[in-house]
Amino acid sequence: MASIAHWIKSFTLWELLKGMRLTGRYLFSRKITVQYPEEKTPMSPRFRGLHALRRYKNGEERCIACKLCEAVCPALAITIDSEQREDGTRRTTRYDIDLFKCIFCGFCEEACPVDSIVETRHFEYHFENQGDQIMTKSDLLKIGDRFEDQIAADRKADAPYR
Amino acid sequence: MPELRNLTLNFGPQHPAAHGVLRLILEMEGEVIKRADPHIGLLHRATEKLAESKPYNQSIGYMDRLDYVSMMCNEHGYVLAIEKLLSVEVPERGQYIRVMFDEITRILNHLLWIAAHGLDVGAMTIFLYAFREREDLMDCYEAVSGARLHATYYRPGGVARDLPDTMPQYEAGKFRSDKDANRLNENRQGSLLDFLEDFTQKFPKYVDEYETLLTDNRIWKQRLVDVGIVSPERALQMGFTGPMLRGSGIEWDLRKKQTYEVYDKVEFDIPIGTNGDSYDRYLVRMAEMRESNKIIIQCIDWLRKNPGPVHTEDHKLFPPSRESMKGDMESLIHHFKLFTEGFCLPEGEAYAAIEHPKGEFGCYIISDGANKPYRLKIRAPGFAHLAGMNEMSKGHMLSDIVTIIGSQDIVFGEIDR
Repeated sequence: MASIAHWIKSFTLWELLKGMRLTGRYLFSRKITVQYPEEKTPMSPRFRGLHALRRYKNGEERCIACKLCEAVCPALAITIDSEQREDGTRRTTRYDIDLFKCIFCGFCEEACPVDSIVETRHFEYHFENQGDQIMTKSDLLKIGDRFEDQIAADRKADAPYR
Repeated sequence: MPELRNLTLNFGPQHPAAHGVLRLILEMEGEVIKRADPHIGLLHRATEKLAESKPYNQSIGYMDRLDYVSMMCNEHGYVLAIEKLLSVEVPERGQYIRVMFDEITRILNHLLWIAAHGLDVGAMTIFLYAFREREDLMDCYEAVSGARLHATYYRPGGVARDLPDTMPQYEAGKFRSDKDANRLNENRQGSLLDFLEDFTQKFPKYVDEYETLLTDNRIWKQRLVDVGIVSPERALQMGFTGPMLRGSGIEWDLRKKQTYEVYDKVEFDIPIGTNGDSYDRYLVRMAEMRESNKIIIQCIDWLRKNPGPVHTEDHKLFPPSRESMKGDMESLIHHFKLFTEGFCLPEGEAYAAIEHPKGEFGCYIISDGANKPYRLKIRAPGFAHLAGMNEMSKGHMLSDIVTIIGSQDIVFGEIDR
């Protein structure tokens, strides 16, 4: 009996038809495709994208050139030079991140004691010229200014876990 | 009559079925393979040497990039070796989170494996279906760690952060109506655990679908059955582990045999094959996905009931919380010490192995008492499997080599390191 059933199934391409019934069902079911860039997928507040340097509300930059991020960076992507300002505070004169070296591990953000260097949600960027991948201090501050609301909201959302 | 000679054929390193950068020198007689000689090293990144020059924590991110389809499991092997040398206790919740994400990783790995293997062998449909489920699991990765692939989530002494209480949501906009967004967000209303639970309920059905497409399919069977047979004895002799060994019928699983973390507290079975051919290995991996699903369900259940710390409170090893770092001098000193110098391991050596989706992944650390390893050796499962390539492919046809590479589940990140 079993052999007859097997024989019939074999000749009617039974298992292939079963597979095609499955794909046929999906052909007419609702599509799951997300039409990027018009539609976007959800993004976690912990997302680690492009870096930014933040400022305090009064416009003063947060970074105090403690160089923890430089020390902790596994890929040695961060370069910092610092000086003492006239008012006695310590600030960076140079803060470069080489995005080709960066592995987006998030250690710089974890290390930063003043929440200055952060990794934002922004991940859609490109470079047009050789050398553009090195984000300078002004580039990073600009990104920080542009996304500050989002950055602050994300840090707040994740604060209980950190 | 001219003398007939074997043809030497270069397969890869740019062949789509070579899973990255495998270069095979094949000695052929007609279409039959007489000898297969794998050449490796095209993805060599000196991870082991690199680790010697950085504090322990800084190498975690590089472990992700070894086997880049099962990221957290690599990290696990590495942090486990460090913890062994430090003899540090990980809080139970941390252990459960690790086990849960190890199993998520196993499903992720097997899904990519079935997708790529199917594509190699000629089953195109499965690819999209497997990636649909991967998307959900990678959302979980992103929710906990912030990265969809290279998580850097496990740390010596626990995991980086606790599981989030909310899941990110789809946003309505010009191209997506509120109704659509609400429908998509249905399973994202609760915490990460709720989202995962919803996934675990759907997942066995999805595995059934994959099996409908492949298991009985005559083309699939013609390509897989009796291809690349490894006898149990040879599998042991060649150092095979994971599904490659279990496919040959040997019940060996480090999760059971050398149990680590909380694997002794969860229930699951070890699926094994009988013939040791590619088809059996396929069945073993499919069954493993179902078993992993069971483990995740048990972990979710436990994690719901037991809130608590997820990492050690020893601040010589794990940085203090940001709040205390900003308010407390001692914490700030710990913070600075940890992120500049890291921590030192006592002199000695340790080997820790985990059941990686591909087999036994081990890290062997020799410490001379400094804050970086004196030597780090990574035992990659794929390396031993690839070494068996010659034996497995001898006497098969050229197209079978693709099946064998697929069923070995080779990833070059870990083989070349």
